[in-house]
Amino acid sequence: MIRTLQRSLAAAAVCAFAAAPALAADITGAGATFPYPIYAKWADAYQKTSGTRMNYQSIGSGGGIKQITAKTVNFGASDKPLSAEDLAKDGLMQFPAIMGGVVPVYNLAGIASGDVKFTGPLLADIYLGKVKKWNDPAIAALNPGVKLPGDDITVVHRSDGSGTSFLWTNYLSKVSPEWKDKVGEGTSVKWPAGVGGKGNEGVASYVQKINGAIGYVEYAYAKQNKLAAGQVKNRAGKFVAPTDASFKAAAAGADWNGTPGMGVILTDQPGDGSWPVTGASFILMHMKQEKADAAKEVLKFFEWSFANGAKMADELDYVPMPDPVVKVIQAQWKAIKDPSGKSVY
Amino acid sequence: MSTTADLVGHTSDSPAAGIPLAAEPGKSPQLPPNNALMDALFRNLTRFFAFAVFSLLAAILVALLIGSMLSIEKFGAAFLVHDNWDPVQEDFGALVPIFGTLVTSAIAMAIAIPVSFGIALFLTELSPTWLRRPLGTAIEMLAAIPSIIYGMWGLFVFAPLFQEYVQPAAISTLGGLPFVGPLFAGPPMGIGMMTAGIILAVMVIPFIAAVMRDVFEIVPPMLKESAYGLGATTWEVTWRVVLPYTKVGVIGGIMLGLGRALGETMAITFVIGNAHRLSTSLFAPGNSIASALANEFTEAVGDLYTSALIELGLILFLITTVVLACSKLLLMRLARQEGTRT
Repeated sequence: MIRTLQRSLAAAAVCAFAAAPALAADITGAGATFPYPIYAKWADAYQKTSGTRMNYQSIGSGGGIKQITAKTVNFGASDKPLSAEDLAKDGLMQFPAIMGGVVPVYNLAGIASGDVKFTGPLLADIYLGKVKKWNDPAIAALNPGVKLPGDDITVVHRSDGSGTSFLWTNYLSKVSPEWKDKVGEGTSVKWPAGVGGKGNEGVASYVQKINGAIGYVEYAYAKQNKLAAGQVKNRAGKFVAPTDASFKAAAAGADWNGTPGMGVILTDQPGDGSWPVTGASFILMHMKQEKADAAKEVLKFFEWSFANGAKMADELDYVPMPDPVVKVIQAQWKAIKDPSGKSVY
Repeated sequence: MSTTADLVGHTSDSPAAGIPLAAEPGKSPQLPPNNALMDALFRNLTRFFAFAVFSLLAAILVALLIGSMLSIEKFGAAFLVHDNWDPVQEDFGALVPIFGTLVTSAIAMAIAIPVSFGIALFLTELSPTWLRRPLGTAIEMLAAIPSIIYGMWGLFVFAPLFQEYVQPAAISTLGGLPFVGPLFAGPPMGIGMMTAGIILAVMVIPFIAAVMRDVFEIVPPMLKESAYGLGATTWEVTWRVVLPYTKVGVIGGIMLGLGRALGETMAITFVIGNAHRLSTSLFAPGNSIASALANEFTEAVGDLYTSALIELGLILFLITTVVLACSKLLLMRLARQEGTRT
């Protein structure tokens, strides 16, 4: 009796194994909300060419890390790179998949986009609640030709934990020792001032509704909602406007190879044209794959996306990974192995 | 309590005793055993459902307790009165969200109870008959609107109007008064605890008004007509006859509304401002327990952070339990007073 059961189970297992490639295994991922629009677009286009379906749940970076650690998904996604120790602890590897910029946006009657210039330390002082009025000398000194009103500054931040907040606070920590001491960096922090909006769209709508508001959103949201975005002085001392070109410039100089786990944070990068608050969104996978087929499908999906997805990324105001970086990423994929120790890619 | 037990005992006995009498003499021998079995099955099934709800409740409580253990051990009772919420330093206190939850619910009830009372009174006593049905339906429709719609309406329609027309006036007049002044201080932002309370009031009015109307309708016309016959005014009839007769139902309706107000999440998240700061001003942004959970749970990294959020959930659970228990106590007390008076 037991033997027949065993035999039939084995037969069923063989059948399932044999049937798997024919079913064109679906792949699942979960995590960061920021890259969701582009992953969804890639997945849609990829399904049309390959027949493989990619399901991505944008449940947030924290959730993505939990799900991949628990192995309930084929890949996780996080806006905040994991440290080399955290990666080693759970046997994970990570690679960047897409980049974008975070921009300061404001709502001042009669003042157009790009007219207001900020420096990093000034943004930190505004977010610390130290600079309270738009006509504060610290702002006026940077913007001689601009007629700044005497309105109160209403600081708008994210109320939910978010990779966008991580990039913003990471940048403020780099440029302001006081911010680093008092607040620090993280996906959620103890905001010293202002109101919280849920999601990029929440921040964007608060900034639109409140006169004298300042907020920070993903570039795409600023562009779609036609919010006025400020210029920021970068590390090279130049004022730059947020554009695809300035995001790419920030990504160009990064040391992807030399950073453990490719965990490069692209804020405050050198270079004349670099936008100072740029960041990449990361994919997390297990190094040792019990389901080698699914892992292979995931890597094939990203291989296809890196090769064919740049135009779609541009359309959605993301910055695709440059070709040399893609080469580095694909070299890293060799570290993903099936149970027998063979690379799946 | 004893009356319900009697009632249950009576109904469970009656089929066995009653059916042989009613049934055809020829068929009666087969029926009783079959019916007894069905009866036992049915009784156990209903008992199972009732206890399933109870164990589910207990399981939720236990799960919340286990989940928040880390935070309880770390912060202890100070969690309840500590006003810091710093995910970077992992220092958490629940005072701000507890305060926000209670204040927004209090504002909501302060507005909703009188308005609902007025609606229910108008619909049952004063309205022309042809208007009752459409008006009643319209109020019930309000209850069917999803809470996220209220949140969006609050943020996109109500908050800008409130910011432009109401808040500046309130700040310049009420803000200067002694004692109540600090409640109406600060820059007009449109969003904040006051806005959240008003939106909540709009959301709970249909619940309270519908219950009040239903219980007002069951007041025997004889009682009211007697009072009118003695020369009572509408107000006197309502205050002296209708309300005392229906107070249990009225309090039940208010508690239903309060329960909804305490746990409301999406609408509040949109308009409360989501700032973990304590402020005396009702126009300042704050936070509520439910909206803190909705905002932060997905991206809560680290065990202590998650645990602190689960403890917030536990606190909300306990607050609603205490509110329900208080309302039951109140009702029991009312019932006892009634007994002594007659």
